[in-house]
Amino acid sequence: MTETLCDLVGVEKSFGDNRVLKGLNLSLPAGAVTVLMGANGAGKSTLVKILSGVHALDSGSVTLVGKPFRPSNPAEAIRAGVVTVHQNINDGVIPDLDVASNLLIDRMAEPGYGFVLKRRQNNAEAERIASQMGLALNVRQPVSELGIADRQLIAIARAMAHNPQLLILDEPTSSLSASEAERLFALVERLSAKGVAVLYISHRMSDIRRIADRIVSMRDGEISGVFEGETLDYEGAVNAMLGHQMTDADIRIGERGKQVLDVSALKLLPRSRPLDLKLAENEVVAVTGLLGSGKTALAQCLFGLGQPESGSMKLDGTHYAPSSPKAAIARGVFMSPKDRANNAVIADFNLTRNITLPFLSRYSRLSFVNRRKERETADTMIRDLSVVCQGEADGINTLSGGNQQKIMLARWLAEECRLLLLDEPFQGVDIRARRDIGRKIRETAANRATLVFVSELDEALEVADRIVVMTEHSITAEFINQNVDLNEILTAVTGSAPEQAGQPEEAAFA
Amino acid sequence: MSIHPDQTQPDASAASRPARPAPRSSSAIDLAIRYGFLALLLGLVIFFSVFANGFAGPRSAVFIFQSVAITGILALGVTCTLVVGGFDLSIGSVATSSMMLSAYMMVVLEQSAFVAIIACLAMGAFIGLINGLLIVKTKIPDLLATLGMMFLLVGLQRIPTEGRSIAVGMTLPDGSTAEGAFSPLFLSLGRHRFDFMLENLLPAPVIFLIVIGILVWGFLELTRHGRLMYAIGSNERAASLTGTNVNNYKIMAYMISGVLASVGGMLLAARLGRGDIASGTNLLLDAVAAALIGFAVLGAAKPNAFGTAMGALFVGILLQGLTMMNAPYYTQDFIKGFVLVLALIFTFSLSARKAGSH
Repeated sequence: MTETLCDLVGVEKSFGDNRVLKGLNLSLPAGAVTVLMGANGAGKSTLVKILSGVHALDSGSVTLVGKPFRPSNPAEAIRAGVVTVHQNINDGVIPDLDVASNLLIDRMAEPGYGFVLKRRQNNAEAERIASQMGLALNVRQPVSELGIADRQLIAIARAMAHNPQLLILDEPTSSLSASEAERLFALVERLSAKGVAVLYISHRMSDIRRIADRIVSMRDGEISGVFEGETLDYEGAVNAMLGHQMTDADIRIGERGKQVLDVSALKLLPRSRPLDLKLAENEVVAVTGLLGSGKTALAQCLFGLGQPESGSMKLDGTHYAPSSPKAAIARGVFMSPKDRANNAVIADFNLTRNITLPFLSRYSRLSFVNRRKERETADTMIRDLSVVCQGEADGINTLSGGNQQKIMLARWLAEECRLLLLDEPFQGVDIRARRDIGRKIRETAANRATLVFVSELDEALEVADRIVVMTEHSITAEFINQNVDLNEILTAVTGSAPEQAGQPEEAAFA
Repeated sequence: MSIHPDQTQPDASAASRPARPAPRSSSAIDLAIRYGFLALLLGLVIFFSVFANGFAGPRSAVFIFQSVAITGILALGVTCTLVVGGFDLSIGSVATSSMMLSAYMMVVLEQSAFVAIIACLAMGAFIGLINGLLIVKTKIPDLLATLGMMFLLVGLQRIPTEGRSIAVGMTLPDGSTAEGAFSPLFLSLGRHRFDFMLENLLPAPVIFLIVIGILVWGFLELTRHGRLMYAIGSNERAASLTGTNVNNYKIMAYMISGVLASVGGMLLAARLGRGDIASGTNLLLDAVAAALIGFAVLGAAKPNAFGTAMGALFVGILLQGLTMMNAPYYTQDFIKGFVLVLALIFTFSLSARKAGSH
């Protein structure tokens, strides 16, 4: 293989107590597309931010073409030849400006550009850049009139105008259709052939099969597997990413109780296959699948945040079609959403107030909140879940991620429910808190059905009686969590078909 | 992060609780954040009592209360919109519209005080409803929606009288003379003085301020509705995912703001005894300043009723004291602005430093 262009040795990065990168070693060869896979929280974005100059590393070293590389800001990284296209396209382009300005914006920001806008010169230069990249665009058109694919390609074209040596693409196809993605792949291949090292971050197996020269899997802040050669071991890569250091998951599958939820012929998207799902009391079911497999859409359907295309749901034998979270909660369906910082935590509130938020009316008479009663509940929940804190009056943000997550769980465990939905309950949670949370979920599961949405297989194996695999917004496999063959699950998760046009991703509810 | 590591505050109950890796931030800053503003307020009172002749005394105190009563009531309304993460720029013009409407009802339409009051309250609630709907339904940003409403009302209140103030016996646009008059009951809302310690000490608007202040405080701090409004202001999405009807609460906040502004306007009309188109120009800025200064009180770093009342009082005391020390009237706005900027620095930099420990 060709020479190494970028070499990372023993890279460490911590945020407070949280060690995100734990001595990571990675080398990126020139002229090859290296796909980086990793579940949420594995440290991918931190790695990207270190390479692109957003964060400084704590220890370790990065060498770029034989020279030490330690950018102190993004502009420095770009000048050194490391160019990053971030996941959110709208961070990459300015919709109100025209294509030419977007292509040249960083050049205009440089001190030597001068005071006056040189429009004619800009347009000529922009046309040159666009044609080099094979972009057939009118450079005077405002970007707001262009589609997402074109915006993405503009962001990449601007990156390429710096003649990068290392190009980092973070989930570049997440909002592209198949034909748009194909244009991007052609471009990436062209660059790679010119000797650019490409670090391509993606979860989509179809992309990875199409573009990868080698695959690097990341897990818990470390590289957990490097796959290269003539034929790539895709399943091995996913396995390395999701991991299965089979913890002492002694799941004792209990008696299934009364049926709670009956979902039949539910279509999440117009073109997705209908899915069926039955859940009973005293049963914990994990739903797993890669990013964009429809886990979130299913959770949102069940919690009244989105409506299915067709199909029916029954809760305790009666029709169930919640129009809002309020309606779902009224029927006894609770959800602890993923991404707690944005969707769950009330930063201004203390622990008690965070816990009692959904059921405040139970703590109040004539609308007046009985503070003693809610403190008692909070104290009980904090003790039950062994939350590490000074007391119930602590601000929620003084707690570690794992303990915050416990509080979010406590919020919904404080009242009886029929169906508990937990979307990524182990996100950003350390291993001990994860065990505590998993144990608590199982302990309390007797009188309700529990559905846990996780992307890491480990987590599914630790918590569930049954594991349901989703791909392409439908359920494609189901396993009883007893002597389960991990490879079978992995095959199901990666899906056998590498293809299909127009991934339904863009239609997934926000 | 501890800046004064030698001053760690021993928490009496900490020993029995599990230890945490990061200790609480140092007590000096905590104390400054919590009590700094109240200490300043106290210092101000002592300073003026010593140096301004006649400052210390019930008459002067009441005068201060009276001067802040109407802005205080408006500020309590705007506090409610700040709590849900919004803002209401229309309160000043709602108040002046209410002043004009009450005068128009009684002087021109010859209605009773009761009808005039109901009309004003209904108008305040209605404008709040429209503001709320503009914000939650048409998704106009709160500042812009209420700014638009402000302009609209400033213009609207002048149309019925063709831009003239309303006074008893005024000449109407059609040439006739207005026959009605302010009812004595209505005027007493703004002018009556209750006996308290001294004869004729407490003016009615001060009573209104205190009662409304206690009601708003109780609503925000003690009821679940207030709690949910704070939740919305802190994380709207999380609040809606716990089943809170975010839109209803936001609309309600603007309606409270509108109603309180209309109360303020009526008190103004009652005090002046006329619908004066030139009055009330300062109401918006003064009320907003009081609510924002309130952020700094007790280190709340968020809108709160007690802080708002203290903020209004602070401005009142400062202006009264300076006036008694013969500071010229035209320096007043400068002083108010200076205090506001100081309070904002206090709130945002010190509290951010405190929160920055995480």
